[in-house]
Amino acid sequence: MAAPKKSKGLKTRKRQRLVIVSAALIAIVGAIILITFALGGDSLNLYLQPSAVMEKQVPAGKRFRLGGLVATGSFHRDTDGLTYLFTVTDCAVDIPVKFKGLLPDLFREGQGVVTEGRLNKQGVFVAETVLAKHDENYTPPGTAPKNAEACSHPEALSALKKGGR
Amino acid sequence: MQRFLPLIVVAALAALFLSMLLRDRNPHEIKSVMMGKESPAFTLPALLEADKQVTDDVLRTGHPVLVNFFASWCVPCRAEHANLMKLAKEHHIPIIGINYKDDPAKARAYLAELGDPYVTIAADLHGRTGIDWGVTGVPETFIVDGNGKIRDRLWGPVVVDSIEKKILPEIEAIK
Amino acid sequence: MAPEIGHFALVMALMLALLGASVPHIGIHLGNRRLMALADRVAVGLFLMVAISFGCLMYSFVTSDFSVLLVAANSHTAKPMLYKISGVWGNHEGSLMLWILILTVFAAAVSLAGRKLPLHFRARVLSVQCLLAVGFLLFILLTSNPFLRLNPAPAEGNGLNPLLQDPGLAFHPPMLYLGYVGLSVSFSFAVAALIDGEVTPLWARWVRPWTLMAWIFLTGGIALGSWWSYYELGWGGWWFWDPVENASFMPWLAAAALLHSAIVVEKRDALKSWTILLAIVAFSFSLLGTFLVRSGVLTSVHAFAVDPARGIFILIFLAIAIGSSLTLYAWRAPKLVPGGLFGMVSRESALVLNNILLSCFAAVVLVGTLYPLVMEAFNAGQISVGAPFFNYGATVLMSPLIVALGIGPLLAWKRGRLSRAAQIMLPALGVALVAALAVLWHSSGQLIMTAVGLALAAWLIASVFLEVAERTQLFKKPGRFWARAKAIPRASWGMSLAHAGLAVIVLGITISTAWTKEELKLVSPGDTVKVGAYDFRFNGVAPVAGPNYTAVRAFFDVTKNGKKIAKLAPEDRVYAHPMMETTEAAIRPLLTGDLYAVIGQAAGGGKWSVRLYFKPFISGLWTGALMMMLGGLLSLSDRRRRIGAPTGSKAKKPSTKLKEA
Repeated sequence: MAAPKKSKGLKTRKRQRLVIVSAALIAIVGAIILITFALGGDSLNLYLQPSAVMEKQVPAGKRFRLGGLVATGSFHRDTDGLTYLFTVTDCAVDIPVKFKGLLPDLFREGQGVVTEGRLNKQGVFVAETVLAKHDENYTPPGTAPKNAEACSHPEALSALKKGGR
Repeated sequence: MQRFLPLIVVAALAALFLSMLLRDRNPHEIKSVMMGKESPAFTLPALLEADKQVTDDVLRTGHPVLVNFFASWCVPCRAEHANLMKLAKEHHIPIIGINYKDDPAKARAYLAELGDPYVTIAADLHGRTGIDWGVTGVPETFIVDGNGKIRDRLWGPVVVDSIEKKILPEIEAIK
Repeated sequence: MAPEIGHFALVMALMLALLGASVPHIGIHLGNRRLMALADRVAVGLFLMVAISFGCLMYSFVTSDFSVLLVAANSHTAKPMLYKISGVWGNHEGSLMLWILILTVFAAAVSLAGRKLPLHFRARVLSVQCLLAVGFLLFILLTSNPFLRLNPAPAEGNGLNPLLQDPGLAFHPPMLYLGYVGLSVSFSFAVAALIDGEVTPLWARWVRPWTLMAWIFLTGGIALGSWWSYYELGWGGWWFWDPVENASFMPWLAAAALLHSAIVVEKRDALKSWTILLAIVAFSFSLLGTFLVRSGVLTSVHAFAVDPARGIFILIFLAIAIGSSLTLYAWRAPKLVPGGLFGMVSRESALVLNNILLSCFAAVVLVGTLYPLVMEAFNAGQISVGAPFFNYGATVLMSPLIVALGIGPLLAWKRGRLSRAAQIMLPALGVALVAALAVLWHSSGQLIMTAVGLALAAWLIASVFLEVAERTQLFKKPGRFWARAKAIPRASWGMSLAHAGLAVIVLGITISTAWTKEELKLVSPGDTVKVGAYDFRFNGVAPVAGPNYTAVRAFFDVTKNGKKIAKLAPEDRVYAHPMMETTEAAIRPLLTGDLYAVIGQAAGGGKWSVRLYFKPFISGLWTGALMMMLGGLLSLSDRRRRIGAPTGSKAKKPSTKLKEA
């Protein structure tokens, strides 16, 4: 709030400006404290592909986003009929994923997927949400494996090709 | 000073966005713009003849060609190889090979084992040309007309279906 | 033929826009009224040209002319007519066409409805609008031409993303764009005022209806989008803090702040420089949203396909538009004469507080949206900022806002008396406390946030009621209520309605978050699932064939204590072009809440996985948004706020310069 200094009633105007500016400052500082506080907690989710999960040795119970391909042939339903088990891979490392709920429309073996959840003690990623992200051309962005050329899953790679359409 | 604050914030944001736009993010998203465009230029060492170079001039001979990105480490490439051989031997379609991020020795062994369908092969050791062409992975095949324009693009291995429905009709159309 | 006409009209529009962006300034410089008046003709001509062009594009879509690349890529003959039309803006090129169409509609509207604006000022405003049009037209013509031909033409098109084939989404983008682009008028007014070096109460009076209109459309657009995700995405969520949602929310916050600060300028001639800044910032947020959606720097559910060249172009445009206006601001703002003083406790102070909180909230949303980008830019890995961050920010910043909202309207201008306001508001405080205590008692101290939310909503509703009662002297002279109610200006009824709308939204969020009942079950035909007080009986599934999809439809009978309440039939659709599945939730709004059913995958043996909800009072969200919009409309219809100024006022008239001595 810029107001020039050349004016009568200088004192009062200055005081008024001081009050407004300090109120704004308090609000902004409050917001910053809030941001640092909240960002330190659970609301900041790392986005990782399976190899990075291995590399970083992400501890069990830490919330993060896992992205990659659903390995072909890995998908099956648990006995309760509501829990799904599948493997998310980036063609180098496989991570087993467990999800209870309704799968999104775009979920398919060989397609990209982004899931959010935590690893349990057994190393299984327990997903709370499975995100079906897609752009205008219906491909989930950010799921193309970075090291596709090292792919040991030919079926997953060709599936990625299909997914690229 | 405070009146410049918004300007400073905006300048910082603009710099951030620019840096994000200029970096190589998700190369597969470039694909939509490749079709019908001039093929990206390249100058690469030849895989088989030492000290020789392959440039994009091979795409401007007046005859339509296929440009095939492949690698010895890539399993689907192995799968499509028989089809490439068929295209070269039976249909006499020139195929330019681009050996993508591969060890030249392994690539030569691969060709010795399976046969060589290519008229010439360039070694894209660091994958730079692959990025220029917007390749998302190998194999990937482009149909280029005799003047260096990309006509079509095939993701994944070349299969019989794509030979009959795409490659042959499109090459015929260019001729 | 149509595409060529459309393309030609677009080029003509660019020529006109260039003319309109330059000549009026020369006219003002020379004092030539005829050159100034040219701006009016250009504005109307520009609109006509763009309308012709847009019409041609729409014609190509409606007639399924697949020789046009854009139509082939985004349409299909088997698509219902509504989606052939909405397909026009369901893609990057077409949505830009819609954007420019709306921009020129507003330019023409300013020209036609703003006849009472002084000529030179109107000319300046219109020329700024033309300058914006030049940028967008260049963007379309150089990087995103919608009229490109395809040779040979394919026999059939690609189809439109089925998720977008929905009545809610057909009208969501136009609404939102009307809001986004509507803010361009406030922007142009601000830039024109900066060039003139003068902001008067009259200026605020001109700019307010336009801002109000944009804000109404933004509210509607955001509400529609939220409603769409509620029933289409199939898990009952209605807001995800997705970057693109944030991109529409930030301009909304800025516009809301601008609406309130413009009142201070209008009534008290204060906060001028801040108001100008807000007008620039609000439209900058709109542009930022466009950039984020189209450049691909952020990935999102709604993002369009990406082309780096487009990203660079729009970034340059953004930098020029925002950069130059802020430079102008930095240069000219100190010249603005500061206005009236006001006490610590006054209506002005309440509005300043409102502005600080709304702007801070916008800043928090901005930080949360861009933080992942900053981290990526510094190679710190890919992260996402989750909903808790934003929810926390919203709670902390909006709670004091709502408290202040209750008291503000009762404070007098310049110097108010808190004791008087407090006296009137005492019952509202009581209501709020009772609501909070009731929740805490009922949940044995568990639902603290719910208690806070309900208390805030109760406080706001009660205080709106008390404020109206005070104005109408409902308690002192009940007999004269109608006479007094009629005497109250519509603008203040509008304010009360909009504030009450906010309370209803808070109520909807709080109640539906706290008491939603949810069941995820595997069911066979004949099974009954109890969700809260309701029994959902599953009667099996049947195949259905739609115009361009096939579906599995499930049937539920919902009863409560054995009494029939509703039949629900959720679907799982498979679209043919392109091949894709979508979930169609079945929703039945009741007085107390929504019954919501989704069908998932078949599990073999006639079993299906289903998800059933009872979402209490979730309709409050959309009711509240509707109340806000109606409040805005009511205020817009106020005679005193009619677009344009009182008759015969020239900006140079001394009476309009309420400068402090």
